[in-house]
Amino acid sequence: MMLIHCPHCGPRAQSEFVYERTVDSVAPTDATTDQAMQTLFTRNNPRGVDDEIWRHSFGCRAWMVITRHRVTNEISHVRAVGPETLP
Amino acid sequence: MTGPSRPSSATDINFTFDGKRYSARRGDTLAAALLANGIGLVGRSFKYHRPRGIMTAGVEEPSALVTVGEGGRTEPNTRATDVFVYDGLVANSQNRWPSLSLDFGAIFGLAAPLFSAGFYYKTFFGSAKRWMFYEHFIRKAAGLGNAPTESDPDRFSQRAAFCDVLVVGAGPSGLAAAVDAAEAGQRVILVEQDEILGASLIRDPQELYSVWVQNCAERIRAAGGRILTRTTASGYWEHDLVTLTQRLAEPGQVPHNGVAQRLWHVRAGQVLLATGSIERPVAFPNNDRPGVMLSQAVRTYVRRYGVCPGQRVVIATNNDDAYLTAHALQEAGAQIVAILEARPAPAGQGQNLPVFNNAHPLSTKGARHCLKNVSGSVDGVTKSWDADLLAVSGGFTPVVHLHCQAGGTLEWNDAAQAFVPAQSRQNVKTIGGAAAPAPVFNATPVAPAKKSFVDFQNDVTLADVDLAWAEGYRSVEHLKRYTTLGMATDQGKTSNMGALARLAEKQGVAIPEAGLTTFRPPYTPVTMGLFAGAGAKDAGAHKRRLALYDVHAAKNPIWQPLGYWFRPRAYPMAGETLADAAMREARSVRTSAGLTDVSTLAKFEVSGPDAVALLETICATTVGKLAVGRGRYTFMLREDGFVFDDGTVWRIDENRYLLTSSTGGADRMATHLSYVRNYLHPSWHVSVVNVQEHYAGIAIAGPKAKSAVAKLIGEEPPRHMSTISAKIAGVSVLVLAASYSGERAFEIYVDARNAEPVWTHCETAVIAEGGCLYGLEAMEFLRIEKGHLVVGGEIDGRTTPQDLALDKMLNKAGGFIGASGLGRSALSEPGRRQLVGLEAIEGSIPEGSMLVTADGKSPEGHVTASAFRIMEGGSIALAHLADGFDRHGEELIATSPTRGQRARVRVIAPHFYDSAGERYRD
Repeated sequence: MMLIHCPHCGPRAQSEFVYERTVDSVAPTDATTDQAMQTLFTRNNPRGVDDEIWRHSFGCRAWMVITRHRVTNEISHVRAVGPETLP
Repeated sequence: MTGPSRPSSATDINFTFDGKRYSARRGDTLAAALLANGIGLVGRSFKYHRPRGIMTAGVEEPSALVTVGEGGRTEPNTRATDVFVYDGLVANSQNRWPSLSLDFGAIFGLAAPLFSAGFYYKTFFGSAKRWMFYEHFIRKAAGLGNAPTESDPDRFSQRAAFCDVLVVGAGPSGLAAAVDAAEAGQRVILVEQDEILGASLIRDPQELYSVWVQNCAERIRAAGGRILTRTTASGYWEHDLVTLTQRLAEPGQVPHNGVAQRLWHVRAGQVLLATGSIERPVAFPNNDRPGVMLSQAVRTYVRRYGVCPGQRVVIATNNDDAYLTAHALQEAGAQIVAILEARPAPAGQGQNLPVFNNAHPLSTKGARHCLKNVSGSVDGVTKSWDADLLAVSGGFTPVVHLHCQAGGTLEWNDAAQAFVPAQSRQNVKTIGGAAAPAPVFNATPVAPAKKSFVDFQNDVTLADVDLAWAEGYRSVEHLKRYTTLGMATDQGKTSNMGALARLAEKQGVAIPEAGLTTFRPPYTPVTMGLFAGAGAKDAGAHKRRLALYDVHAAKNPIWQPLGYWFRPRAYPMAGETLADAAMREARSVRTSAGLTDVSTLAKFEVSGPDAVALLETICATTVGKLAVGRGRYTFMLREDGFVFDDGTVWRIDENRYLLTSSTGGADRMATHLSYVRNYLHPSWHVSVVNVQEHYAGIAIAGPKAKSAVAKLIGEEPPRHMSTISAKIAGVSVLVLAASYSGERAFEIYVDARNAEPVWTHCETAVIAEGGCLYGLEAMEFLRIEKGHLVVGGEIDGRTTPQDLALDKMLNKAGGFIGASGLGRSALSEPGRRQLVGLEAIEGSIPEGSMLVTADGKSPEGHVTASAFRIMEGGSIALAHLADGFDRHGEELIATSPTRGQRARVRVIAPHFYDSAGERYRD
């Protein structure tokens, strides 16, 4: 179980978080059918670092983007997202 | 330096083995107590039912598996070497019938050639009928203990902890490291799977060792450290999280405070693994006979427990350590008959001992219960010795499990003929014997491969490894799966290296090139209850109570789980069955009025200038055109275009909307809304508040509903799909006019804390109109007859708006989630299953049944929900049918082979009642 540094709550156990999807699999709602299907189903799935969307569902409920190495599970960066992060 | 003597004392405790009573000394493992009582035969082997005894003195034990405890506390496959005897312990041997001594299953041993490596897979060839025949016998014959049938009366707890340094193993290295860390001011947890500290020091005591161990423990505790005994570090997970399984009671024992075991989640700053090593057996024919033991284990029984497992002893070794066993045995009064030393030249420890160099064991002879004779090869010449104990040492395998679970790599230590930890990916370091095992002489087995066991627990011999090789299995991972090597409950602690060496020998490569299988948690078996912890039994899923729970409970309804809640399914009157009650309630709704609790529906308040934008992203229907005070049906799509939920959306105010959706999908919808609002559109000015449990919901439906509501609110009720604010019993309520039943109906939402007086008034009003309460079952009858959808039934995640005939409602402007997905050509191809109604021509339509055109044809659809016409009677159903829209009028068979039910049906439109919707309007 990973240790994830929530940008709002600090280091917390992975069991408090829920994984949503990778950043590159977010299709805009006005995408064409082909673009949307490409984005949803033909993803990179790298054996290495990827940006993933997670939510601190059983904590502050905020969303974040976690940069994680998918083999070593090393988390190199966590970025808060959502209205509260806007300037 | 003599081992502790073993006087019998007043503190002796009693236990039973296979129904017979024996005594043990406190501190004995079951294995020690059995040996002390002269019991050599402890169990029968997995496949061949060969007699097996005690081989080791630790958790690695492959052979001496017993069932401990009674009733719900029964623990099968417990290692006799890993359970400490308590007064009243009940142990039974396994995999034997009618008794351990006289086991009919032993006939499988005679048929051993049939059960060689991969025999199970080979039974797959040939006819299925024959396989079914084999399968029966294989299942019956092979196996270990039986799982208990009663539920475990004990509790299991879980606890989280944090520390700077976690030390695993309380041998000399672990103790020293823990003292250093604790006295340097670090938070330390030291875990030891044994009952007492010291590990190898207990077996090989130095001068004043017990004083030193005691002193270490005191210093660790004085510095604030925590020591957990009888605790196994069973899993090493990501980011230095280690799970510990702590035994608070021995297997089968009644725990002091009700808690049998505790699972710790320890997040450590650093982990030090002082896990030591496990001695390897030696492969030669009949090396599994009771009386053949590992050398260090023999020493442990002699020194720690004061039990001498034999009087005439042969020792077979390839290293120096076994000479310590020879000395210990001599001190205990046993006679060393021969030492079969694999090394060609004298090594220097053998003074006054009968050492034979360049010698290997060849076979053993004996009875079921004991060893009588050992034969060996000395310089190629066969000799034999009468003996009752053979102590073997094939070298040492460092316990690298946790290091490997943590993602660490291994390197080959040629002197020790063993893999040792190399790189670590996490903050973990291996210290002591596990990092630097003792050197051994590399001896390849010279004895025949037949009956030379490598995996004692799964009955895998060198011959099986050879056979797998001959049949083309080259990779160690394939070898493992084909022969089942290392796949038993001991996970190959004593066997993997022996088999690996054989495979490497076959391949003609060095052992490290042959590769290793993956080490996976847990290190030793973990009781399932421990994973459940406090969530076991009824606490697995939390139960939420309706705001009006007490009101319903007073009426003794039949309850039905729905989402996290229990809702009344029906309110039967005296003598009524569920079906009777539900039909009476449904008729009441059709003829006068009914009242039901709809509080569990998902509800979200969406407000702000961008509320419409958010709703039109979530919903596949238009929302923007809705006037204040109006509402409409809506549904939501996944990104791939399939419908995943439905509900209603109401414009309460200029920029304020209420969105309802299904009970079961409430959490999913909440997450979906949050994702769209916070991730996709953080800059929108909109707030989404989950008000699911803030409001209680009361539905009133039926031809008299309008008059009941008019009296309740004292004004004209809203027309269909409109909403107003009002007061009932002095409490503010929101009245929505929406219908699921097909009748004129209202949903009244009220602050859940004030729901009870509102409900009471509503109930009185409905009864005054000649109506009654109705539950989920009646609601289901009503909605099926009306052809309304349910999430999880007709909306099953595989249907598009077109399939459900909802496409006319789609927002033409697009822009909603799923709009792009709907454009896929496959979604408009012929053959898709479409929503239809069915009416029975003959028989009653079974729910979940398949729709076929004639006997033996492939199904072309399935029944999603079935019911009866409420007023007229007659079986009806909703179904998904391939190209169903164009098949109205066709006759089909609805068949449910699992229930043995079938009906002849006619396909019709999925609206059995008031298809024009006239009953909604005043």
